[in-house]
Amino acid sequence: MNGLDIWMRENPLTYVWLGSYAFALLIFAVEIVLVRHKRNLTLEQIRLLREAGEED
Amino acid sequence: MAINWFKYSAPSTFYALAGKLIPWFAISAAMMFAVGLYIGFFVAPVDYQQGEFYRIIFIHVPASILSMFLYLVMAGYAALGLIFNTRLSAMMATAIAPTGALFAFISLWTGALWGKPMWGAWWVWDARLTSELILLFLYLGYMALHSSIDDPRRADRASALLAIVGSVNVPIIYFSVKWWNTLHQGSTIKFSGTTMHVAMQQAMFIMLAACWLYAIAVVLARVRSVILERERQTKWVAELPEVRG
Repeated sequence: MNGLDIWMRENPLTYVWLGSYAFALLIFAVEIVLVRHKRNLTLEQIRLLREAGEED
Repeated sequence: MAINWFKYSAPSTFYALAGKLIPWFAISAAMMFAVGLYIGFFVAPVDYQQGEFYRIIFIHVPASILSMFLYLVMAGYAALGLIFNTRLSAMMATAIAPTGALFAFISLWTGALWGKPMWGAWWVWDARLTSELILLFLYLGYMALHSSIDDPRRADRASALLAIVGSVNVPIIYFSVKWWNTLHQGSTIKFSGTTMHVAMQQAMFIMLAACWLYAIAVVLARVRSVILERERQTKWVAELPEVRG
């Protein structure tokens, strides 16, 4: 058994919590940030297009 | 009072409706996650065979179910868009794909973490694991194909075909543990019921509901951006308060 095997058997809850739940919640957080960023970017592009159209 | 559901198939009305619904789904998801995690870690008993490691089930099973259901929903929307040429259906399919891919990835990741202490291996080329990996590739293929075509309507049609053909993989994932002799255990939730401890069931179903609510909230938020992007030349988008600044 290598070091990770021994560690995971000695700390099963930490292994489960950090490896699965914390990681999944981190992925959800990154997805939320990306979705919000995409919305801000899209709104900015539309405003720029609108301003360019008004100048024409 | 009869509700005219067809009204919400118009991007302009759906955009406003989605904006109102997102906070409700997001807050409910956060509450459900908190309750599900509490029951999963503090109320549900230790498994007599797998010890504490089995607690991965409360995220692994919901993520796996969501990855399969979201694919079917995505393929359904893509088919609707292809057959009836409805704009919103194709936009919904586009918005579902990244969330479905993330759930497929979480399912594979948590499965690997569960597999290591139970089987002694992060990965085996088992029918269930391999078909779930193919599902992840189908999601990625759908997104790659859609973004590789400049014309959105043509991209919708091409990727819809891929989504529809790929949906054959979903029953293969579900029945793989029955059809083949696999290392992966049988289905945790069957149509005939489950033999799990009641607290384990509660934790899993609450986490499943939380994942559903989260997925709905994030897909609605994403589809609002897709609607804005595609309808940017229309008058109703120009008149939106957030566009006028």
